[in-house]
Amino acid sequence: MHVEEDSLHGVLGRIGRPVADHRPWPRYTTTPDGWRALLDTLAGNRWTLVGLWGEPGAVHVALREDLSGDLGVVSLDCPDGRFPSVGAVRPAAIRPERVIRDLFGLVPEGAPDGRPWLDHGVWGVRAPLAAAPVPAAAPPLPEPYPVLPVEGEGLHQIPVGPVHAGIIEPGHFRFTANGETVVRLEERLGYVHKGIEGLMRGRTVADAARLAARLSGDSTVAGSLAYARAVEAALEVTPPPRAVWLRALMAELERIANHLGDIGAICNDAAFAFMLAEMGRLREAVLSTADACFGHRLMMDRIVPGGVAVDIAPDGPARVLELAAELRRRFPPLVRIYDDKASLQDRTVGTGTVSVGLANRFGAGGHVGRASGRGGDARRSPSYPPYDDLEFEVPVLTEGDVNARVWIRIREVEQSLGLLEQIVRRMPGVPRDVAGTTPLPLVPVTADRAGEGMALVEAFRGEMLVWVRVGADGTVDRCHLRDASWFQWPLLEAAIEGNIVADFPLCNKSFNCSYSGHDL
Amino acid sequence: MNALADVLLQMVQMALVLALAPLLTGFVRLVKARLLGRRGPSVLQPYRDLARLLRKDAVLAHNASWLFRATPYMMFTALWLAAGLVPTFTTQLALAPTADLIALIALLGAARFFLALAGMDTGTSFGGIGSSREMMIAALAEPAMLMVVFSVSILVRTTSLAEIATFMMSGAVGLRISLALAVIALVMVAIAENARIPVDNPATHLELTMVHEAMVLEYSGRHLALVEAAAMLKLLLYAALIACIFVPWGMAGPGGGGGAVLLGMATFTAKLGVAGVLLAVFETSIAKMRVFRVSEFLGGALLLSLLGAIFLYVSRGV
Repeated sequence: MHVEEDSLHGVLGRIGRPVADHRPWPRYTTTPDGWRALLDTLAGNRWTLVGLWGEPGAVHVALREDLSGDLGVVSLDCPDGRFPSVGAVRPAAIRPERVIRDLFGLVPEGAPDGRPWLDHGVWGVRAPLAAAPVPAAAPPLPEPYPVLPVEGEGLHQIPVGPVHAGIIEPGHFRFTANGETVVRLEERLGYVHKGIEGLMRGRTVADAARLAARLSGDSTVAGSLAYARAVEAALEVTPPPRAVWLRALMAELERIANHLGDIGAICNDAAFAFMLAEMGRLREAVLSTADACFGHRLMMDRIVPGGVAVDIAPDGPARVLELAAELRRRFPPLVRIYDDKASLQDRTVGTGTVSVGLANRFGAGGHVGRASGRGGDARRSPSYPPYDDLEFEVPVLTEGDVNARVWIRIREVEQSLGLLEQIVRRMPGVPRDVAGTTPLPLVPVTADRAGEGMALVEAFRGEMLVWVRVGADGTVDRCHLRDASWFQWPLLEAAIEGNIVADFPLCNKSFNCSYSGHDL
Repeated sequence: MNALADVLLQMVQMALVLALAPLLTGFVRLVKARLLGRRGPSVLQPYRDLARLLRKDAVLAHNASWLFRATPYMMFTALWLAAGLVPTFTTQLALAPTADLIALIALLGAARFFLALAGMDTGTSFGGIGSSREMMIAALAEPAMLMVVFSVSILVRTTSLAEIATFMMSGAVGLRISLALAVIALVMVAIAENARIPVDNPATHLELTMVHEAMVLEYSGRHLALVEAAAMLKLLLYAALIACIFVPWGMAGPGGGGGAVLLGMATFTAKLGVAGVLLAVFETSIAKMRVFRVSEFLGGALLLSLLGAIFLYVSRGV
């Protein structure tokens, strides 16, 4: 293969040496000098940061060349516990770096923000995932967290959360406002840190799959799928074709259910409860179909490394087709109501705009990126089966406002309905063995070899990355899960700037970033 | 004898508005739920909510002053009295000669004034936001309301609600554009004053979008019960006011017997029912407007009421 000199792999090959047993994309180890050379390249707009994570004594950065779709990982050993900061040249890396510092005690040199992020000072230990965690008695009261200073005449601060008036996930938002106009928003997250990456260490790949499924309940299918694909890549296991199609079926059901819920919830935040009620009914239809097909409304723990844990119920395919037909009948009239309602459009059009440049700079995926002109979709690039064999479009808009994010969801629901129908019609049949029983589409995941694997999967929020290193004893040595929200939360701070305080719930809901998936 | 009957009817009126106010709120909620395809809570739910809140302990912020504690009582008293002034089923009320539309507006203004102060009293940011938004709304809603009052007063040559109702019932007014403009303006004011969609959302959980709810976030127990009851009375008051001025038919006149009073009560309940359904349908069919759009909305109400008053002068026929 001819490698261009300044292509992603050209540059990575020059600054580092490839590591064996990292699949499907190569990983290179580099020196501090090579890392700095990489940072010089990253200071420009080339390549998207798709992940930045640590392990005891090393950091890894995953990059993608958007034009070719090539992916690569670069690793740097930091025996002295320090590494040159990526956040200094790429703002998207700031929060991941703060987490690396919180969890592994590795210090990003020259980082623009030295405050902790997930560590709120109440764990009783510092750097819990480092080789030698530092015991630190938790103070009786959490330490004060210095918010960034904002100066100006007539400015006042509005602290919101982490406990909110409604039953939603916890997050703290600090508004600095001039009257009703928001001058700046600063987020503080980490309240639902569950230590998932720490809990995964030393567990068998099958046990760890249950944790991956619980990263964020609304994306449980995507989380399981990303983890399963990463493990399969690491151990070079190929799941049965039927399992691959069933996984896509579950993923699309999950996507439809969440998008329907979001569309209704966004309208409800503009006090148009009618849409919430109607979309709630449609979402319920999707969830009960999922229950009838796979025995669980959210399809939790249905996807496991090696295949799927349950096959679809015998009447499942017919029910999915019925569901698709029902949604094709009931969804468009509601979309028309959304589009025709002037009072609703007045709220969503032009509210919470994210510029195309900013979306690109942060590598935002999902509806946030696609509403701001960024057409990335992990199902298309790097793509994974069976999507390389299916027909669908990736909707892209450039307005970047709340309305655009609603429309991206509407279009994606329509595309996913088409995918459901294609998957059901073309799914490989059930192979029967001689006894007449139907074995599960599941191959054993052999535990006698080590390897590193990585997967990018399109969740309803955007692409989810999982990187895993499986030890020779079949346990997870290190697993990193990166929800799409990581590169969307910072954009929410930008989206609300210049809007009014009362429009924040609408902007926030149109992003619908995950707290649980982000806080790990 | 007549004076005794007036006092008696006044007491019945006070009891009636207090008894019906939660019912109206519960009815609006039920109709809204049905319109959304939900079963909805019983119409009696607001009574249960109030009883539950009255039983609970009131939690006060450390820095809450006497104002914060006194406001719920002042608010409730002012609104109960105000609701007692509006003729609902009869014009024969003991307080009718002393209280007119201007007194009504003053009572509503006093209640609002104290609530806005109480919202700022504990020093939380939400209370401050709520109070500031409430004052913005009030600054626009009160002039519009006054203009409506003036239009009607010019026409009837009095600000006494009982006399206005009697005059309207006599049929001497006929159809007038001024009255049509005034009723539209008053409905708009009523929507804003009662924190209904599209100005505010009484059912929201989003702190940042609240107006009325933001001011009362710090209240609990019996204080909250009084604030909630006052809000329910206010909704009933506006429905009764619109009914009294623009559709007073069915109301018992002076010297009306027991039959007339019962008929008045029945028609009043029916009017409330119609108002509740209309409100629920309107609220379901529209999204909430941006906070700054409220000024345009209420500016429209002010303009309409002003036009109504001007028409009365420039044209005898309308």
